[in-house]
Amino acid sequence: MNWLQRILHRQQLEQQLDRELRFHREEYVAELTRRGLSEPAARRRALLELGGSEQAKEACRDARGTRWLEDFVHDFRYALRTLRQRPGFAAVALLTLALGIGATTVMFTVVNGVLLKPLPFHNPSELFVIHGRSNNWNVAAFGEQNLAGPDFHDLQDESRSLEIGGFLNNNATLSAPGIPEYVDLREISSRLFPVLGIAPLQGRAFLADDDRPGAAPVAILTYSFWQRRFGGSASALGSTMTLDGKAYTIVAIAPASFRLYQIEPDVLIPLGQDTGAFLQNRHAHPIHVVARVRRGHTLPQAQQEISALADGLAAQFPDTNKGRTFTFAALRPDAGDVTSTIWLLLGAVGMVLLIACANVASLLLARAVSRERELAMRVALGAGRGRLVRQCLTESAVLALAGGALGVLLAAVGLRPFLVLWPGTLPRAEEAQLDWRVLLFSLGVSLVSGFFFGFAPAIRAPFRNLEQVLRPGSRSIVGSSLRLHTGFVVSEIALAIVLLSAAGMLGRAVLRLSSLDPGVNTQNVLVSRMALSPAALENPDLARAAWKDILDRTRHVPGVASVAVVDTVPMRDGNNQLNYWPSADMPEQSKMPLALATSVTPDYFQVMGIPLRGGRLFNDHDRIDTEPVVVIDEELARHAFPGQDPIGKRLWGPDLGREPLHIVGVVGHVRHWGLASDDQATVRDQFYYPFAQVPDSLVRRWSELMSIAVRTNVEPLSLVGTLRGELRGASGDQVLYEVHSLEKLASASLAQQRFLLILFGVFAVLALFLAAIGIYGVLAYLTSQRIPEMGIRLALGARIADVRWLVLRQSLSMVSFGAVFGLAAAWAAARVLVRLVDGMRSVQPSTFVVVIPVLVAAALLAAWLPAYRASRVDPVIALRHE
Amino acid sequence: MAGPEKFDLPQGTLDLLILKVVALGPLHGYAIAQRIQQVSRDVVQIPQGSLYPALHRLENRSLLTAEWGDTETGREAKFYSLTRKGRAQLETETADWERLTEVVGLILRLSEGGTK
Repeated sequence: MNWLQRILHRQQLEQQLDRELRFHREEYVAELTRRGLSEPAARRRALLELGGSEQAKEACRDARGTRWLEDFVHDFRYALRTLRQRPGFAAVALLTLALGIGATTVMFTVVNGVLLKPLPFHNPSELFVIHGRSNNWNVAAFGEQNLAGPDFHDLQDESRSLEIGGFLNNNATLSAPGIPEYVDLREISSRLFPVLGIAPLQGRAFLADDDRPGAAPVAILTYSFWQRRFGGSASALGSTMTLDGKAYTIVAIAPASFRLYQIEPDVLIPLGQDTGAFLQNRHAHPIHVVARVRRGHTLPQAQQEISALADGLAAQFPDTNKGRTFTFAALRPDAGDVTSTIWLLLGAVGMVLLIACANVASLLLARAVSRERELAMRVALGAGRGRLVRQCLTESAVLALAGGALGVLLAAVGLRPFLVLWPGTLPRAEEAQLDWRVLLFSLGVSLVSGFFFGFAPAIRAPFRNLEQVLRPGSRSIVGSSLRLHTGFVVSEIALAIVLLSAAGMLGRAVLRLSSLDPGVNTQNVLVSRMALSPAALENPDLARAAWKDILDRTRHVPGVASVAVVDTVPMRDGNNQLNYWPSADMPEQSKMPLALATSVTPDYFQVMGIPLRGGRLFNDHDRIDTEPVVVIDEELARHAFPGQDPIGKRLWGPDLGREPLHIVGVVGHVRHWGLASDDQATVRDQFYYPFAQVPDSLVRRWSELMSIAVRTNVEPLSLVGTLRGELRGASGDQVLYEVHSLEKLASASLAQQRFLLILFGVFAVLALFLAAIGIYGVLAYLTSQRIPEMGIRLALGARIADVRWLVLRQSLSMVSFGAVFGLAAAWAAARVLVRLVDGMRSVQPSTFVVVIPVLVAAALLAAWLPAYRASRVDPVIALRHE
Repeated sequence: MAGPEKFDLPQGTLDLLILKVVALGPLHGYAIAQRIQQVSRDVVQIPQGSLYPALHRLENRSLLTAEWGDTETGREAKFYSLTRKGRAQLETETADWERLTEVVGLILRLSEGGTK
């Protein structure tokens, strides 16, 4: 019989055991009668000598080796029974745990989906990103540098240890079929799909033959775009679409999970068909490169090979490649700024769970004390210590698992609504699902919590002074239980303080940041990116004329006060950073300061409400054939010309053109990086230059990037429809995209802070509530234990107020201990917040000071009912307890 | 009960004795206890509370098998017999025991010689 059978046939085994032992006794009796004893005497003697059969049976049961499981089943049933006996306790404990575990599960689901889950590629751990490094590229300021087109091709062709693919970010106007739309484009090398190890959902991937200049134009649609634009129709495959005036045949649909750097673009086209000049020179570095180590090669081999290739390129092309190296980085999910928010929230949720555990622990502890007599009885009857601890732990495990199951249920219901609340876009949000990892995590968290809150009650089961515990009328108020209880409440209070003060700091930060002057008048301004008709991009004059036409048409739309064309808009993604120097003797490029350069038409300052501090703004006389002029902001003026009047001075720079720029005006600083982030941004200096002075060679590139900014007399977004119609252009293929009101951009720049504030606020209130329940529970219990004492005090003439104060004082002492630990922890937590959240000032002690009265009020409120009860004790009844 | 002094078995020897006794043929629990008592001239008496747990443990380890059958007196009893694994175990344990007693004896004699 194996152990499973031994459990299943337990009943049968018991019967056989009984028969076997009875047989033994009967044989002995028979032998004794043979020796001459009378039967009754023999029976008596046999019983005496063999002893009770129960002990023998117990020993035999132990010998079966399945004792632990039988005990477990027994304990499990017992736990269910005791929980059912006290439904109130069970409900409170379960609900507390379900909230704690549910919230933790939701946050872990996000962490798992966004940060931990491997990318949806074949063996993603073999994939790497290759970046370029050189002395005149500042990684800290600009991030990693990509590769130049020719460098990419050289590596791709010559590396033996790596399989290399690349892609280029681009955009295009889709003009047919259907209404024109500006689409997010990726030009990919034909090797990219094989490198990533993915295949199209339908159709064929790009072939090497597609990936060269002059090949027939082909395109792959991404899944979402196919669904949105073509309704997921199979007939899309093989049809044609017009991108920037060129007809592409759709050859495939990408799989639904396809993302490049967590973004799902709209359309993929072959990189090799792009004949753009910037892809042919080694100065520009636009290509994102992804590589997989080939079978039979290792990463160090690949790195060695690539560095040898880099040396070769440096020798061959010293102008561009001297000192240029290529670095490897693992291709892994990167949530960018969101990462810190996610971890912060997981931390906050963890604290709520800890508080929930402490609460359940103190509830269990109170129950364990009231069950002390039962436990003592069990010990007296021979239960071992380990056995009792195991029984207590089984009870808490049952509680924890039930709470965990309820929590997972809550998480399953709450996950999607929570993700909808998330500010901005959460990369890979679609990956946040309750999968086996999440379930395993929740199971683990439940069990650890169960152990955590079950351990203290378990180990303090009574073993000494049994007779005292069992004596009738004894009161089992034990010092160790009081200390444990107080310990739980103190830690709850400490955790609540951490969350309260974090919420307080976030609240102050949001208040302060929202009252900051963004430097622009955000009311009634509409900003939108604008794609010119591809035909207008053909030559600079056409492009300039098209922009002029756009300005004229917009100006005549009813409700429009003024309009301008601009390349980068404050508080929106995108900026242009250029080096500048206030004199002609420029140092090395890396030593020069950077400024945000913005190209504008003259009305821009009026549209945005940027105040002029000195000099003049641009006007229509600043043209391509007049002296290049520039308007700087106060920050640049302060840094470059301290204590001097900058008007009339000049700016030089490697990318500012051959002639220095003449400073004609100074304007106010604009919080380009958003309300929260501008103060700690590394590049804050700003200057503006006239779009009219952008040289012919750059007009095309600039025209691809420009936006319009419109000041309106009406609600700005109400004009979108009219503007779209008005600006469609002669061939109907000019498109407005990414339309926002400036007000919304400004408020979105605080979205992370506001989101954190709301969640920390909710958690803090929850924590405060749980801590108050904890204080109430402990005091109610302790006070009930002291009823006779209160009776005596009252009988001896104590005033009601004295008795109440006795109880309240206990509460306050717990609060003060909790406050000491809590403030220390809150200070540490505050430093983390300051580091991770933009716009947080250094730790503010005043916030902590505000938290304390809130807590004291909550503690007194929680203590009031027990205190009131204590003071209403009837001395006569109380003393009768004795 | 007058008789030879009772003797506590060293740890683990009970299993060996049971295996040895059962090796001669299937026996029920009572007979095993009787046989050990007789052979040891009443020195070793095995209480119920040790005998049956040991039998069940050996059965669970597949060193013994058990079968219900009738005794000579026509009563139903559980008869234990040795399995092949049990026989192998008996041989190794017997060899171990003999080596151990020999070595212990050697050492004891040697130390007596040493003090003289």
